[in-house]
Amino acid sequence: MTELAGLRHVRYVLADNPVTAGAFALFGFFVLLALFGPWLAPFDPLATSPDKVLQPPSAAHWFGTDQLGRDILSRVIVATGLDFGMALAAVLLSFGLGCALGACAGYYGGWIDRSVSRLADTIMAFPLFVLAMAIVAALGNSVENIIYATAIINLPFYIRVARSEVNVRRNAGFVEAARLSGNTEARILAFHLFPNILPPVMVQISLNMGWAILNAAGLSFIGLGVRPPQPEWGIMVAEGASYMISGEWWVSFFPGMVLMLAVFCFNLLGDGLRDMIDPRRRT
Amino acid sequence: MIDDTQPLLQVEQVRKLFPLKTAGSLVPLRAARRTALLHAVDGVDLSIGRGESVGLVGESGCGKSTLVRLITRTLDPTEGSIRFRGEDIGGIPASRFARVPQRKLIQMVFQDPTDSLNPRYTARDTIAEPLRLLGNLSGTALSDRIEAIAALVQMPRELLGRFPHQLSGGQKARVGIARAVALEPSLLILDEPTAALDVSVQAVILHLLADLREKLGMSYLFVSHDLNIVRLLCDRVMVMYLGRIVESGPARQVFEAPRHPYTRALLSAIPGLGGEASRRIRLEGDPTSPVDPDPGRCRFHGRCPKGQDACTRSSPSLVQMAPGHAVACHFPESA
Ligand SMILES: Nc1ncnc2c1ncn2[C@@H]1O[C@H](COP(=O)(O)OP(=O)(O)O)[C@@H](O)[C@H]1O
Ligand code: SF4
Ligand SMILES: [Mg+2]
Repeated sequence: MTELAGLRHVRYVLADNPVTAGAFALFGFFVLLALFGPWLAPFDPLATSPDKVLQPPSAAHWFGTDQLGRDILSRVIVATGLDFGMALAAVLLSFGLGCALGACAGYYGGWIDRSVSRLADTIMAFPLFVLAMAIVAALGNSVENIIYATAIINLPFYIRVARSEVNVRRNAGFVEAARLSGNTEARILAFHLFPNILPPVMVQISLNMGWAILNAAGLSFIGLGVRPPQPEWGIMVAEGASYMISGEWWVSFFPGMVLMLAVFCFNLLGDGLRDMIDPRRRT
Repeated sequence: MIDDTQPLLQVEQVRKLFPLKTAGSLVPLRAARRTALLHAVDGVDLSIGRGESVGLVGESGCGKSTLVRLITRTLDPTEGSIRFRGEDIGGIPASRFARVPQRKLIQMVFQDPTDSLNPRYTARDTIAEPLRLLGNLSGTALSDRIEAIAALVQMPRELLGRFPHQLSGGQKARVGIARAVALEPSLLILDEPTAALDVSVQAVILHLLADLREKLGMSYLFVSHDLNIVRLLCDRVMVMYLGRIVESGPARQVFEAPRHPYTRALLSAIPGLGGEASRRIRLEGDPTSPVDPDPGRCRFHGRCPKGQDACTRSSPSLVQMAPGHAVACHFPESA
């Protein structure tokens, strides 16, 4: 497969599926905000101005200002980096660990399978958000621990996908053929099975990203992890919640909408990615 | 030490029993009972000489693929010895066999060309793998060799960059053959190599296989349920029934004067090979179960048109009838 053909395939899938194309565009936009947020924001996200407290959306402040007179648009933009960063770190952690554990469980079976599956079941037995809260409470209230907690509660999904995808392929002819070509068991797992389970795992990743963002923001919303005045979507929604009743809806509405948009974007991305990575869909 | 007087492959009394999982295995009472064993390969002797082409025939489920997996050393035998060029390879665990020097000498062509190619590997990747891992080739030496092999199996160079789903059945079969012969093995095992192909492609692939054997001087173990193919390609033939060899001998002799009732029934079903409708032998009854079969009776009894009471009292063993021609039956046909 040449690079050119790969690109052509991506273009073909996007042209074929405008919703996926939209999700990709939105994703690109978010990545831009995450990387260059501090330079793109029109105002300093931390600068308070007592004379501009709780102003509704206007030409100068598109998303209005909050109770300390900070520009909400700037805060939402700058928060993207932190929210995406936390979610991405958590998802990569659970992807790496979950795939390794799940693939070994599905391939070797036996006691490895039993202990790994038991671990996944044990995690799943808890209400996951409560488990995440408990983990952060136990490990200490910091951004790293939010990442670990989010990674742990996502782990079972990767374990299950990787385990079942490896399991259905472990007796495939190409695995046996790989043995005859001189692959050791570890090489078969890493170079033959892993690339084949990647498409379903990629779908899991992008569905999980949305969920991880929601989870990290949720933990911040209830006062764990990220601390004010650090801009973060969950905290901003929490801070604005009390102003909802008094009519200053914009304080939590805009961060909430952006959070929702991010989750939505990742969910749409899941399907698009699957089509792109699966070589059988290539024409 | 490599001994040139030894046959290339010598298998003696090899058995593979699969324990069957019983549904209630968690209940202590049931677990205490002996687990049932499926006798997939049950005491097989065979030997393949250098450059020889041996056919293995038998109906589906009789244990051909299991025997093949024991010989390719991707499955560990329960009992018995497997010697390759005089060296014992049956004792090396399958999980370690990828790293022994014999690995590149015993290769295989699989039944289903689609299933046996990694969907995410191009034809080039697939052919390159044994060359890299077992042949220690890299760089231009590797790509030169890949192209030489592609030419050998008559596969256009342009197709090397394609993924399996971009290749036709015949082209996929060629990739599988190229991978197997890349290191010029001395024993090539073919497990129904054309069964999954279109009839029009079958003949082409069979010609290619016959050609390659001549060019590379390989020995073949050719597994098939198509007796016509075996007759054309093999010097010697072995007939397998429920985990055992029931007749083995020179292909000509076995096809012209079969001694075992099962072989006769198989042959009578082929048109143009003594298979006129009137002489066709129909096998009645169900085959014996391969699960814990009674060791004291012939496994063909019940379906055998010649079966008698004596056949339920002892199991016939393989007996030499003529030079190189052995039959396992209490009442063999006379020559
Ligand atoms: N891994 C396994 N576990 C349990 N039973 C098996 C296994 N592999 C094969 N068998 C059984 O062994 C018998 C022989 O199978 P196989 O060697 O595939 O036959 P063939 O290739 O002649 O069709 C069958 O009854 C099959 O169900
Ligand atoms: S031993 Fe008896 S039952 Fe078995 S094949 Fe011979 S005649 Fe038939
Ligand atoms: Mg088979």
